[in-house]
Amino acid sequence: MKDKFYGDINIPVILMILYIVLFWGCKNKIIENNEVYGGANGKAVNIMTQKAEEYAVEAPPFSDGIFPCTDCHKNLTPNPVRRVLVDWHDDISAMFNHDSENRWCLDCHDFKNRDYLRLASGKLLDFKESYKLCGQCHGEKYRDWKVGVHGKRTGEWNGKKEYLLCVNCHNPHSPIFKELKPEPPPVAQENIK
Amino acid sequence: MKKDYSRRSFIKNISLATFAALALSGCDTEAFDEFLQKNFKTLSKKEKDEIVKNLESKYKKKYGKEFHVSDKPAIDGTLFGYALDLSRCIGCRRCVYACVKENNQSRNPQIHYIEVLQMEKEKGIDFADSNAQYNPEKVPEKGYFYVPVQCQQCRKPQCVTVCPVRATWQEPDGIVVVDYNWCIGCRYCMAACPYGARHFNWGEPTLPVEEINPEMHYLGNRPRKKGVVEKCTFCIQRVREGKYPACVEICPVGARKFGNLLDPDSEIRYILENKRVLVLKQELNFQPKFYYFFGI
Repeated sequence: MKDKFYGDINIPVILMILYIVLFWGCKNKIIENNEVYGGANGKAVNIMTQKAEEYAVEAPPFSDGIFPCTDCHKNLTPNPVRRVLVDWHDDISAMFNHDSENRWCLDCHDFKNRDYLRLASGKLLDFKESYKLCGQCHGEKYRDWKVGVHGKRTGEWNGKKEYLLCVNCHNPHSPIFKELKPEPPPVAQENIK
Repeated sequence: MKKDYSRRSFIKNISLATFAALALSGCDTEAFDEFLQKNFKTLSKKEKDEIVKNLESKYKKKYGKEFHVSDKPAIDGTLFGYALDLSRCIGCRRCVYACVKENNQSRNPQIHYIEVLQMEKEKGIDFADSNAQYNPEKVPEKGYFYVPVQCQQCRKPQCVTVCPVRATWQEPDGIVVVDYNWCIGCRYCMAACPYGARHFNWGEPTLPVEEINPEMHYLGNRPRKKGVVEKCTFCIQRVREGKYPACVEICPVGARKFGNLLDPDSEIRYILENKRVLVLKQELNFQPKFYYFFGI
């Protein structure tokens, strides 16, 4: 038995070849293992000193042919009496539910110059600055929005950001956020194969 | 001829068989390299570069597209935090599918990192009575609120503690990641996670080639294989480049907020300092960096 064992050279040879093959791949992989992983060798960027830039995205477009308002209104005698509009802007009358009990068109739109909005103070505002008009009632939301907590921001968390205006998400005449169709639910556990 | 069952012949035969198998398999050194690859944390810069290069060419061969695999380390001075406004979320699940696409999750078997739970307003946050299968025509439904749950990126992640092979760890910027090459698929981490945030590839993952996101991170959205665990990484491939996670970008109501907890001017810090926030399952003391708040 002993003789036979030593006489058989096959096993050590086979094992040797096997190990050579096995470890061929890692022969040049060992060494250099002294680098620290993580922030230590990353580029030093001081986030604290970077001042984030902010950009407003375009306000949503007006309904077709509705602006400038003076195109039609310059020929009309303004009527300051509160009423339900029937011939024109009846679509807005129909949807209007923004404190409709107490407010109507001329609480936000200027009486004399229809191309502008008007703050409670009487100051005229361009339509591009409508968020200031919203802010005079919704002060808390306005504050949150300015720091990026109310509303959506996209872009970079440490740099350029784009933010949406109030009117991008809320229709000013009917501001509640509209319901959406949900995406499909996940596969139920009992249906997993 | 009498069969030889001796130990010697066994060793002899097994060696022969292994050697033959190795020779027949064409001595694929790449597969060997991958098999013998060290834990990602212990790799040198040079080794990482080489691995990333190999991965890029491997994916190109497999999917016929150009890919960019990053191994970008954490940015100094960052600790990522997340906040979700429960008063805004309407349960539309846009985030779930944006995440699937961004992170190259398997479509079948299906893996979702985000699960949106519908809960009754009357009951408050109650996981036992929550429903993830809601599917009405329109959301939100009256009388319900929605709690999206994903990896809470705990400061004391027990999924990391239990991993027997250290295939998962917390990065310096607070993101808990998985080295898919090192994971042995024991799923201890899934048992340890109280949020159900970890997901196992029970089958070979399937990805539609035209939908694969070519911007990848080694510790993030590179394609996984069968038998490994994966999880939300705050879109590591995006946030380390300064971008917001995909779920933040898609949210139609702006309920999702993300930022650097170490930056006093960030949105996330404003929320922590000015809003009432809560974390899920606070009693476990895992200290999530994922906060829920009521913005109203």
